[in-house]
Amino acid sequence: MKPGMKGMSWFPVWHRNYLVWKKLAVPSILGNLADPLLYMLGLGFGLGQFLGKVDGVSYLHFLAAGSLAYSVMNSATFETLYSSFSRMHVQKTWDAILNTPLTLNDVLMGEWLWAATKSLLSGLAILVVIWALGLYDDFWLTLWLLPVILVTGLCFAGLGLTVNSVAPNYDFFMYYFTLAITPMVLLSGVFYPTSALPAWLAALSAALPLTHAIDLARPLVLGRLPDAVLMHGAVLLAYGLAGYAVGLVLTRRRLLR
Amino acid sequence: MTGAPLKLTGLTKRYGSSTVVDGVDLTLEAGKCHGLLGPNGAGKTTTLRLALGLIEADAGRVEMLGYAMPGQAGLARARVGVVPQMDSLDPDFSVSENLLAYGRYFGLGRSEVEARVPGLLEFAGLAGKGDALVPTLSGGMKRRLTLARALINDPDLIILDEPTTGLDPQARHLVWQGLRRLIGRGKTLLLTTHFMDEAERLCDTISIIDKGRIIAQGSPRALIRQHIEPHVIEVYGDALDGWQVCARDLCQRCENAGETLFCYTTDPEPAIVELDRQPELRYLHRPANLEDVFLKITGRDLRD
Repeated sequence: MKPGMKGMSWFPVWHRNYLVWKKLAVPSILGNLADPLLYMLGLGFGLGQFLGKVDGVSYLHFLAAGSLAYSVMNSATFETLYSSFSRMHVQKTWDAILNTPLTLNDVLMGEWLWAATKSLLSGLAILVVIWALGLYDDFWLTLWLLPVILVTGLCFAGLGLTVNSVAPNYDFFMYYFTLAITPMVLLSGVFYPTSALPAWLAALSAALPLTHAIDLARPLVLGRLPDAVLMHGAVLLAYGLAGYAVGLVLTRRRLLR
Repeated sequence: MTGAPLKLTGLTKRYGSSTVVDGVDLTLEAGKCHGLLGPNGAGKTTTLRLALGLIEADAGRVEMLGYAMPGQAGLARARVGVVPQMDSLDPDFSVSENLLAYGRYFGLGRSEVEARVPGLLEFAGLAGKGDALVPTLSGGMKRRLTLARALINDPDLIILDEPTTGLDPQARHLVWQGLRRLIGRGKTLLLTTHFMDEAERLCDTISIIDKGRIIAQGSPRALIRQHIEPHVIEVYGDALDGWQVCARDLCQRCENAGETLFCYTTDPEPAIVELDRQPELRYLHRPANLEDVFLKITGRDLRD
């Protein structure tokens, strides 16, 4: 290791993923963008006709923040599940790297930050759509969405690394989607305000990370400053760090024993 | 460099109640090729992973290039090249990109790695293939690229886990040529293999490992001399049963394996004269080799 690289030893791992992504960037961006964008535009324009105002704005405008958070979550999750699993289990890329001076912590840190980078791009793509359609009240406030996107990406990338560490095969990821991601999408305020939930479901919803991401993102899209910014940010970071730490321990047990 | 490139002392690794590596002592001599032979599950790969500091031993010590493992694994691995058993090339990268990416894991600068790539491609017989994508390469080319990749940091010690498994004879010979050139350049090699002819051709010294223990050690010739009579006659045919009694008189040692009788002897002439009189028996007379040693001391039973 060259002197001066301390603390940055994860960078070659991040860089490797970036170089591979660069070759397939267009289909990758389209793939990540299509799902949340279809939900946002389809439901916003279609269902929006019947709903009138939601939270005082058009349904499309209301959906924008949820779609953004959903897109970031999806992107970070897919990257750390399917893509990281390919590199770890199928292509043996991680094994190859572990034969060099890099450590497992470098590998996972590179993967974590790479997934966050990719989800930043996905969030940014939705943000561009939000700007293009004028779905905001105060342009300058929407710039605060960038750190929200980053923290949300770190959160779901960390959780994804834990899921990856215990996955025997690709099919296993369906459990995470049906038991965690889909309920989260339905309960965290993507499609309707969580205030509409009965108390017991609202309590569950408040524990889900996506709820906190949307509690930060929605006011910014609607032209207000969010409440309890530090609390929401701390919850997202805590989920992300815990996911990373557990993922590191379990991956070590999986690969280095 | 002073001292042995790799020194294992009393190395032990247990998984639950089974001891996979059991008190292994091994010292490599610089500039030589050392072979680690053993049946499946003998502990070869685990020994290599312990040596590289990828897993922690339950007992014993590993010293690699003067560094204590696994504590100084990063420093040691910076001077080591590894050819793993499983293909781990980056399928999304071209041949050259694989080398460039791997160089970055060693903290090497782009210009430094770029300067090394042509020589490595030449060495691996991949000159002109730099832009080829990995999935378009043959198995032999992938193996040679993996070998080139292991040399990106100009290592002092090269560890190869079954480097020619799955290759056709042409590809094996190309890999062997490459390994001989490395030995010629003063590199130290540690390789595991199932192919006794490979070990006999390449290795200066050999350790045979079984059930986690090293059960024989020495040069291929010394091992053959020590364990086996110099001549082997393999006899096949329907009349084998009748011949067995005779064979035991004419040869020092006979071993029945299925439809074949292996006869070991210092003087093959009397047995051959007798065999030539029995047209219903076929036979093959050859010098004793490392495979005879291996089968004698690890047995003929399947291990999977």
